[in-house]
Amino acid sequence: MNSYSQAFAWLADGAHWAGPNGIPQRLLEHLGYTGLTLVIAIVIALPVGLYIGHTGRGREVVVPFTGALRALPTLGLVILLALGLGIGILPPLIALVILALPPIIAGAYSGLESVDRQVVDAARSVGFTGPGVLWRVEVPLALPLIVGGIRSACLQVIATWTVAAFLPLGGLGRFLYDALPNQDYAQLLAGSILVIVLALLVDGLFALVQRLVTPRGVLAGRTADIRTKTQSPTRKDPSWLAPEEA
Amino acid sequence: MNWVVTNWSQISDYGLAHIWLSIPPIVVGFAISLPLGWVANRFAISNGALRLVRPVLLTVAGILYAIPSLPLFALLPSLIGTRILDPLNVEIALTLYAIALMVRTTADGLAAVSDDVKLSASAMGYSTARRFFGVELPLAGPVLLAGLRVVSVSTVSLVTIGSVIGVNSLGFFFIDGYQRAFLTEVWVGIIGTVVIALVFDLLLVLLGRWLMPWTRRQRVSRAARLAAAEVVGA
Repeated sequence: MNSYSQAFAWLADGAHWAGPNGIPQRLLEHLGYTGLTLVIAIVIALPVGLYIGHTGRGREVVVPFTGALRALPTLGLVILLALGLGIGILPPLIALVILALPPIIAGAYSGLESVDRQVVDAARSVGFTGPGVLWRVEVPLALPLIVGGIRSACLQVIATWTVAAFLPLGGLGRFLYDALPNQDYAQLLAGSILVIVLALLVDGLFALVQRLVTPRGVLAGRTADIRTKTQSPTRKDPSWLAPEEA
Repeated sequence: MNWVVTNWSQISDYGLAHIWLSIPPIVVGFAISLPLGWVANRFAISNGALRLVRPVLLTVAGILYAIPSLPLFALLPSLIGTRILDPLNVEIALTLYAIALMVRTTADGLAAVSDDVKLSASAMGYSTARRFFGVELPLAGPVLLAGLRVVSVSTVSLVTIGSVIGVNSLGFFFIDGYQRAFLTEVWVGIIGTVVIALVFDLLLVLLGRWLMPWTRRQRVSRAARLAAAEVVGA
């Protein structure tokens, strides 16, 4: 536990909270890069995902492609683009946008696909046209899953900007890369704790947003579902019938 | 290409190291997720505090999965008393990610098995254990396989991050290639990692067909039905 007290001593040291190498500056860099990556990825991925989910077209092209993207090692892609395109923020930004696309696309189309077809048919029968069905019926119902896709993309981006901090761009990962060659375990641990706390806070925030955007009707349906389940004894798990418990 | 030929022994060494680092997290993660997924469902409809087992398990899994890999690698030595260069840090971290992914899939897959089928098995005299391994597990098999494929791909990819803290795999070529500004080396690392991921995926699919021959037949019959429907429709 000694290493932890050292790490917290490092975190408590006022000298680490000021200047261009201080924690606030590094945190702002990390958040700025993450936000920028996420905005670009959403602008590209959301229309694609909504198109696939709404029309059902293009699925067989995009789905295997996004699956294959998952096999790409993030560190390799960042280094490949950094070496290929030169210095600056652009190469890692491109790499990270590419990595953030699959979860957002998947969240959008699986969200739209999860919408009950009868609801869509009902919307059409009361006069909704294509865009009306999409924006006023499908998207609101799919919003929790769409936000879920953005949530996993965001966590992936936070993690990968940490790894990408070997580039001279800053970010919280800088503390880790500076600590490794010097075997400065207090800083290594402190930097790791900072990134983990940031990731968990962002994850919690997204969980909250997901709950807020869930339409009230869907939530009501869910509670009704639980109630019918508990009231009807036949739906209960029949494991009490198992001989060894009898 | 010359570089690949002259350095082939190093490439295959790191490739093998990559494979050996990838297998334990996938296998152990799956083995641990199976009972956890079962437990999550077992108490889903019970009353009182045990009802919380499922949400608590799934929430912990979600939080675990949200933790970035590099900081987790760096954090583990002080948590479990290993040395910073010990491959065990990477192995344990990747096993935790595998569990985080698989517990939800296992719980969902087992929950999707029809109550009627489970009741029938119990009525025929299956014990809880035999019903689990003989009925529930095979029926949840396709879902478990899908989850395992995701775990496999992400594990093979994440092993490369270990190179940052000195646990070498094909990820070594990323770090070394960057330091020497040598693109070929980085390409070797990327292609090697993707090839291992694809081979693992193929092996899992083949394993699935071998263990669950009925899924293959079902797919054919569904395709046949669709074709028939099209003919009738036309």
